[in-house]
Amino acid sequence: MLQSKTFVKKTRAGRVQKVVREHYLRDDISCGAASCSTCGAVEHPLSADAAAILVVDTNVVLHQGVELGIPEADVLRALLQIDLLENPAIDDVVLLSVVLDEVKNKNLAVFNRIKALCSNKARRFFVFTNEHHRDTYVKEMVGESPNDRNDRAIRVATRWYQSHLGENVKVLLITNDRDNKRKAIEEGINAETVESYVRSLAQPGLLDLVVVSTSGDVTMEDVEDLRPSKKKVIYSEHKPMSEITAGLRCGIYHQGKLRVNRYNPFEAYVGSESIGDEIVIHGRSNMNRAFDGDIVAVELLPQDQWHESKSFIADDDEDDEEDVHLAPNTADDAPRKANPTQSTAASSADSVSSRPVGRVVGIIKRNWNSYCGSLEPMPMPAGSGGVAHALFVSKDRRIPKIRIQTRQLGNLLDKRIIVAVDSWDVLSRYPSGHYVVLIENDINTRPFSTQVLACLPPLPWTLSPEDLANPDRQDLRHVRVFSVDPPVLDLGLLDIADVTNFVHPGTPLDEEASQRGTSVYLVGQRIDMLPKPLTEDVCSLRADVERLAFSVIWEMTPHADIISTRYTKSVIKSCAAMSYVEAQARMDDSRLVDPLTVDLRNLNSLAKIMRNRRCERGALTLASAEVKFEIDSETHDPLDIGIYQIREANQMIEEFMLAANISVAEKILKHFPLCSLLRRHPSPTKEMLEPLLRTASSVGLNLDVSSSKALAESLDNAKNDDPYFNKLIRILATRCMTQAVYFCSGDLTFSEYYHYGLAASLYTHFTSPIRRYADVIVHRLLAAALEIAKLPPLFQDGPQLTGVADNLNYRHRNAQMASRASVELHTLIYFRTRPMDTEARIVKIKANGFIVFVPKFGIEGPIYLTPKGDKGGDWVVDEVHQRVTKPGTNVSYAVLQTVMIHMEHFSQMDKPAECDEIVEWNFCSVAQNISDMNTVDQSVRAKEAIRNDDHHTAETKERMPLWSRWVNIGRLAYRCSWRGHR
Amino acid sequence: MEYVNPLTGFRVDGRRPNEMRQLKGEVGVVARADGSALFEMGNTRVIAAVYGPREVQNKGQQVNSKDALVRCEYRMADFSTGDRRRKPKGDRRSTEISLVIRQTMEASILTHLMPRSQIDIFVQVLQADGGTRAACINAATLALADAGIPMRDIVTSCSADLNYIEDSAGGPDVTVGFLTKMDKVTLLQMDAKLPMDTFETVMDLAIEGCKAIANYIREVLLENTKRLECQRDH
Repeated sequence: MLQSKTFVKKTRAGRVQKVVREHYLRDDISCGAASCSTCGAVEHPLSADAAAILVVDTNVVLHQGVELGIPEADVLRALLQIDLLENPAIDDVVLLSVVLDEVKNKNLAVFNRIKALCSNKARRFFVFTNEHHRDTYVKEMVGESPNDRNDRAIRVATRWYQSHLGENVKVLLITNDRDNKRKAIEEGINAETVESYVRSLAQPGLLDLVVVSTSGDVTMEDVEDLRPSKKKVIYSEHKPMSEITAGLRCGIYHQGKLRVNRYNPFEAYVGSESIGDEIVIHGRSNMNRAFDGDIVAVELLPQDQWHESKSFIADDDEDDEEDVHLAPNTADDAPRKANPTQSTAASSADSVSSRPVGRVVGIIKRNWNSYCGSLEPMPMPAGSGGVAHALFVSKDRRIPKIRIQTRQLGNLLDKRIIVAVDSWDVLSRYPSGHYVVLIENDINTRPFSTQVLACLPPLPWTLSPEDLANPDRQDLRHVRVFSVDPPVLDLGLLDIADVTNFVHPGTPLDEEASQRGTSVYLVGQRIDMLPKPLTEDVCSLRADVERLAFSVIWEMTPHADIISTRYTKSVIKSCAAMSYVEAQARMDDSRLVDPLTVDLRNLNSLAKIMRNRRCERGALTLASAEVKFEIDSETHDPLDIGIYQIREANQMIEEFMLAANISVAEKILKHFPLCSLLRRHPSPTKEMLEPLLRTASSVGLNLDVSSSKALAESLDNAKNDDPYFNKLIRILATRCMTQAVYFCSGDLTFSEYYHYGLAASLYTHFTSPIRRYADVIVHRLLAAALEIAKLPPLFQDGPQLTGVADNLNYRHRNAQMASRASVELHTLIYFRTRPMDTEARIVKIKANGFIVFVPKFGIEGPIYLTPKGDKGGDWVVDEVHQRVTKPGTNVSYAVLQTVMIHMEHFSQMDKPAECDEIVEWNFCSVAQNISDMNTVDQSVRAKEAIRNDDHHTAETKERMPLWSRWVNIGRLAYRCSWRGHR
Repeated sequence: MEYVNPLTGFRVDGRRPNEMRQLKGEVGVVARADGSALFEMGNTRVIAAVYGPREVQNKGQQVNSKDALVRCEYRMADFSTGDRRRKPKGDRRSTEISLVIRQTMEASILTHLMPRSQIDIFVQVLQADGGTRAACINAATLALADAGIPMRDIVTSCSADLNYIEDSAGGPDVTVGFLTKMDKVTLLQMDAKLPMDTFETVMDLAIEGCKAIANYIREVLLENTKRLECQRDH
C-alpha cells in the first residue's frame, strides 16, 4: 500500500495555534463506478454498504451516458437542494468529501440527511474521498481563499473522474456558482446549473424542488412584473453584522429572541436581557422580516411613539384585515403578565405605554424552518402547467404568508403541504420559499423501506424449537393466561409481547423504530412504529397461538401484597383475547362461574386494593375528556361523537401495568444506575397551579397543592351539588400539570426521578413495546439485567442515550399533538352538518370574552363578547370572582358557570350575517392521507342570542363579519345562546 | 464523535481503521552516547540516548548487586506541543512514563549479565502528536540495541484506540508493550473503560501493530549493521 505524506498546516482562530496534522494521500481509493476496472481490482475500500453502491452503479455502465452529477455545496442555496437530491429521480451522484465537510460545517441537519442518503442502499450515492486521493488532492495556493481552493478541488476531482472513467461516461459537474461553472467549462469539464440540469430531465415535478435563485434570475423578475405596484422597498435594509455587534456593545441595539403573539401576528415581543423587559414590536414593517424564533437586534423607538400601536397595524394590513385578533393583553401567552391587564381601554393603553416599543434592525440568527399549511385559494392561471405563483398560508398564524412558485398548482391547491423559506428581500412583502412535502408534526408517515422490512422474521411465523430449547425462556404454555386488550394476564402474571426478540439493536428496523419513537393514533387511523406483520401478527398475543413474551411474575397474597417478583422471557399461549368491553361484561355477568371469569374477578379485586393503596400514597386521579368517534367506513366522516368511557376493566389492566412498570423500573435501576431509561413527572410549580387556584377560590373552593397527596385529597373533597363539578375541577387540574418525560438515569439525581402523578419514586414504560420505543429500550435493559442478553453499546454512551430519550419525548409530544389535531379535525367535520345547541362550561374568563368547554364533545373554544378590534369594550372583569359583567345590566358570566351555546359551521365564502358575540377558534388539522382535504375548507359559526336569567332575548348589538383567511383550517365559532345557573 | 467516517471508511487523516501511522527509525543520532536512536510515528518524534553499562554512580540506588541498575529519564521538550508551555521536570506524568519505560526495558534487558553496573536511558520527546509512550519505548529499544546491550528480545510498543475498530464515543488509549519472539506482553496500559469483548479486539490489534513495528526495527538495525560493516571494510 503506497503511502505518501504531506503536512497540512492549519491555524485555529481564537488563541492562534499552529496545528500540524498528518494527511495521508493514497492510491487505493475506489472511484465507485462499476465501469472502472482499475479500482475494482484493489481490495475494495468500502464495506458492505459501499459494495451495494457499486452494484447499483452497474446501471451507469448499462445505460451509457447516464450522468454522474457532482453537486456542489458552495452556497447555502445549494445546500437546500437536499430536497431535490432526496427525490429518487436524481441518482448516480458522487459526493466529494470536500463537499461533505463543507455541508457538515454549514448545516448539520442537511449533512445528516446527506449521510442518510449515502448509506441508503436503494440510492446510488457514492462518497469519494478526494482529499486523500493522490491525484485529486489540492494544495492551497498562496493568496487563495479556502472557498476557491475547495472549488478548485471539486473541479480537479471532476476532471479526474472524467479522465479516469474515459469518454463513454459523461461526468457532469453541477454547480450553482457561476464563476465555478465558467472556470470548469474553461478547463473542459461538463458543467451545468441545477436548474438547467433538472430541466433537462424533463420532469416538471422536480423543478418545484429547485430552490429559486435570488440573484436576479429571470423567474424572479416575473414575480415583480405580476405585482408592479409592489415594486417598491417595503422593508428597511438590515444593518450589517459589524454595525449590529457594535450597536449591541454600546447599548443602542438590544438582542433577543423574537416571539410573535399567537393571537395577533402583527405584534411580537423580544425578550431582552439588556433592558430586562420585553420590547414590543408592532406591525410587519417594524418586525422587518423577522420570523418567530429568530434572534434579532432591536432598536428602541423614541418614547413618544410607544403609544402608537394601533396605527402601525392599520398601515400594514391590507389583505390581512379580515383577521380576527383576540385582544393580545388577554392572550394566554402574553408574556410576563401574571395578571393580564384588562377591561377598560384606558388601562390597556397604560399597559402598552409602560412597555418599550422597538423595531428590528437586523437578524442575528434565522430560525427558518419548514412550515405546514396550504395555498391560498386562487383561480388556475391560464395555460396551466406553466409556472404559477401562489401564496402559501401557514397553519401557524405567527408565520407570514410565503410566496412560492409551482408548476403543479392544480395538485397543490386544497392540499396540506410543507413549504421551506428561502429568502425575503426588502422588495417583497412576503418571503419566498419552495414547496417540500406533505408531513406535519414531524411524523413519518412513509411506508417502511425494504431494508426495514428485510429485518422481519420470515412469515408466517411459528414457534421454533430453538426458542423452546433456550434455557432463558420459560415455557408458560400450560398456564391459563388470557389477554385483555394489549397485555396477557393471569393471576399474578403479566406477559408483554417479546418485541426485542424480533427487533435487534443496530438493524435498520431498530433505527427506524427509534426514529419514529411511537405509534401515532389518529381518528380511524394509526401510523405504526413497527411494520404491520410484527404489530398485528408476530407480536400480537392472540388467542390460541403460541407467542413469545416477556413476563413479570408476582406472587401475591389476597391482600395484594407482593411476596416475590420475577421476570423472565417466556412462551405463552393465550386462551382468550378479550376487549375491555368483553372483559367487563364477563365480570359483571354474575351467572358466569367459569375459571376464566373467576380469574378476572380475582384480578379485579386485587387491582382495586392496589388502586386504593396507590391513591393513599397520593397518586392523582386526573381527568381528561377523551372522545370517541364513530366513523363512517366509506366517507371517513364521523357519525357520532362521545366521551370515551372508562370501565373497571380498563382500570384493572392499568393497575397491573403500573405495577409492572414500577417494578421493572426498580430492577433496571438497581442493575444499571447510570444508564436506565426512566420516566419522570416533575411537580408542577406554583405558577402553573395559579390559574387552577384562582378558579377554585372564585367558587369558594380551597385546594391544597402542597403535595400530590394533599392535592388528591382536596380534589376528592371538591364537591358540590353539581354532579359534573368534580370532574371539571379535575380536568382543570390536569391542564396545570407538567408533561411526563423520559430521561436517562445518569443525568439526574435520585430525588428528581419522582413521578408526581403516580406518586411513585420510580417509573418507566415497559408494557407497550409494540407502540413505544421506550419500552423496547427498557426490555433490552431488563434482559441485560437478567443476564439473558448483552447490553447494547448504546447504553455505554450517556449523551447518546440522553439523545434517544429526548427524541422519544419529542416524538411522544408530537404524536399527542397529532392525535389531538386529528380529533379536532373530525369534530369539525362532524359539526359541518350538525349545528346544535349544547351545554357548555366556562373555564376561563377573558377581558373580551371567555373560554367554554363542551363536556359532551370534549372540545373547547372561546366566545367573544365584543366585536373584533375592541379590546375590552364595555365589559368589566372581576379578577377575584373570575367574572365578567356588563355594567348597567345584570348580564354577567362567571367561571365554571353553565351556559348554553350554539355551534354551527359555515363555509368560508359565506360571511355570517349577524353575530355580535363571537369567538373563533382555529383548529390545527393534521396531515393525514385525506385526499379530500378540501372538505375541511370551512368554518363553523354560530348565531347567538343572549338570554338573561329570565330567558329574555337580548337585543343583538353590533354586527360584524367573521371571515376566515385560513384555508383548510376550520373554525368553530360558538355563541352563547342562553346561560343559566344550575 | 466519529473517528472513522462511516461513509468512506477513512479516519480524518486518510488512514483506514487498522492502519498505522508512518514509521521512521534512525540509529546513532547522538555521537557522544553509547547508543542512540530517533524514532518517528507519524508526527510524534522521539530521541533516545543510552549510556552504559557503566559503574553505578550512586551506590545507594543499587538494590541488588547481581543485576544491572536501569535508570530512565523521560522528558518532553518545551517545543514539543503547539502551545509553548514550560514543562517542569519530574512532574507526575513524566515520572510515571519514566517508570513505565524503565520497567518495560528492564524486562527485556539481560540485567544479570551486567552486575554492579548501571544503564541510563534518556528519552526526549521532540514532537508530540499522540502515542508518545509507545514511541518512547520503541526509541529506547532501538537505542539499547545500538548500544549493544544484551536483550532477550526486541520490545516494541503500539497504542490502539477503541476507535480503530468502531466509532463508539470516548477514545480509550490502550498502550501495549510486547516481546515479539517470546509472545509476551510486558506492558499494558489503558486509560478508560472498555467492554470486555471490544477490549479483546483492541488488544489483538495493538499486538499486530507491535509485531509490525518489531519487523521495522529489525530492518533498521540490519541496515545499520550493514552500514557499519561497509565502513569497517573500507
